[in-house]
Amino acid sequence: MAKIQTLSTDEVKHVAKLANLSFDSEDLQKYLPQLSAILDFVGKLQEIDTKNIPATSQVTGLENIFREDEVDATRMLSQEDALSNAKETHNGFFKVPAIFE
Amino acid sequence: MDIKNLTIISALEDLRSKKITAVDLVEACLENIRKHNQDYNVLLTVEDDDKLIKQAREADATDHSSPLSGIPIVVKDMFSTKNLRTTAASKVLENYTPKYESTVTRKLKEAGAIIIGKANQDAWAHGATGENSDFEPTRNAYDKTRVAGGSSSGSAVAVALGMCLAAIGTDTGGSIRVPASYNNLVGLKPTYGRVSRYGVVAMASSLDTMAHVTKNVTDSAHILNITAGADPYDATSIKTDPEDYLKSLTREDLKGVKIGLSPDFKMATLDKKLVKKIDESLKLFEKLGGKIIEVPLPHTPESVETYYILVPSEISSNLARYDGIRYGNGRSHFGAEAKRRIMIGTYSLSSGYYDAYYKAAQKVRTLIIKDFTSAFEHVDVIFAPVAPVLPYKIGEKVNDPLTLYLMDIYTSPVNLSGLPSLALPAGFVDDLPVGIQIIGPPLSESRLFSIGNAYEKQ
Repeated sequence: MAKIQTLSTDEVKHVAKLANLSFDSEDLQKYLPQLSAILDFVGKLQEIDTKNIPATSQVTGLENIFREDEVDATRMLSQEDALSNAKETHNGFFKVPAIFE
Repeated sequence: MDIKNLTIISALEDLRSKKITAVDLVEACLENIRKHNQDYNVLLTVEDDDKLIKQAREADATDHSSPLSGIPIVVKDMFSTKNLRTTAASKVLENYTPKYESTVTRKLKEAGAIIIGKANQDAWAHGATGENSDFEPTRNAYDKTRVAGGSSSGSAVAVALGMCLAAIGTDTGGSIRVPASYNNLVGLKPTYGRVSRYGVVAMASSLDTMAHVTKNVTDSAHILNITAGADPYDATSIKTDPEDYLKSLTREDLKGVKIGLSPDFKMATLDKKLVKKIDESLKLFEKLGGKIIEVPLPHTPESVETYYILVPSEISSNLARYDGIRYGNGRSHFGAEAKRRIMIGTYSLSSGYYDAYYKAAQKVRTLIIKDFTSAFEHVDVIFAPVAPVLPYKIGEKVNDPLTLYLMDIYTSPVNLSGLPSLALPAGFVDDLPVGIQIIGPPLSESRLFSIGNAYEKQ
């Protein structure tokens, strides 16, 4: 049975943008058929009748687990620790790519 | 010292009677690491020799009364270990050093355990063979040319090769049960929420379970005694206090135990070579007095489709934080499988597709859960294979992600339902280890240990 090309290049580019991932054209050639095959496979779920079935988002049944709005000093990272894995910092801040021209 | 023949319990006895020292144990582990780590790609990071010996000496200065005093443990690289590099086997986190400790590793350390190193795995826990590591795949301890199983590949092989006495891993779709079975070990996937997820790199937050691999059932119960419990830092952790799991190991036979077998889990997907071995295992349960009862699980054949919509969706959300700014390298450093899963998840959650994919999958998840709930009205545990095939040769399926997804057929329904499962060795086929699993209702770990222990003694 021939594989249905579920995805177009435009669709992949759109999803990649949403996912903040980049693909060059060589990558696209590689990933497009794989993604299409996977979506084709999982899409089979649409054939199951789930009309009056509630959705499950969690299995514990727990609800509204809160904590007191109090500082837990043992869980605080010092500024130094918090910055310790960043590639670029400046004066105790994280440096981020510019978003304004 | 023959560390391969030591269990946690026997090591503790020997430590307490001063037959061996913790330094002996650590040196034996380091020797096996020197011998095998390069060949088998087991550990990504090994703690400094000096630090380890120092910890061992400190343990030896006590009476070894702590529950894991001086016991060498390996931890999957998904767990944040303070000041010890944590990579999730991904190039994104290649140089990341956590400044805080996960709850599980904190509990192990407080119990006296010595963390030897961080285990290799499929990057981000994405995989069932170990081949998706960004740092070379871990090799099967019984056959260097074959996969170790995943995603907790290094964890299982570290135990099998004597680099530690037990190892911690995670299980979101079979990731402790498969490598345990592929290396002739016992793997426990606890009930979702039984063990805290705090400080562990998140894969699929509503399925991730903190699991472990050991040489036998008693050791498995011992570890769960340490790791289980409510955690204020994990809002999804179960509030009920855990029991003493070691107290459950009293059964000598399985008289009166009802063991479910589902025709829907059937053997259609099981490799022919495994059918005979799995049947032998089932007969053993019967020989011990267990009663085999057929139970339907009609929606389990759709588990893999359901899993590969819900899990990539949660993955796409959990991996959104890796922006290369606060920590780690940029998103171009994600490997192929991570990219695939992020894309599938983003698609399933996107406008126009959400209902047909994500919502539909959430509903089928409800149906799968209901199947198990009904089944457990008639049986105490459900018996199933773990992997549908023997370990592939490394590289055999690397261009076929979909075939690898199908490896989760027997394991994924358990994670979708949040149930506990114990994977047990069932023998060898073609000199390769084969495992089976017993699945229980929520919070039935004591029952699983009790039955598993009786089976293991045969």
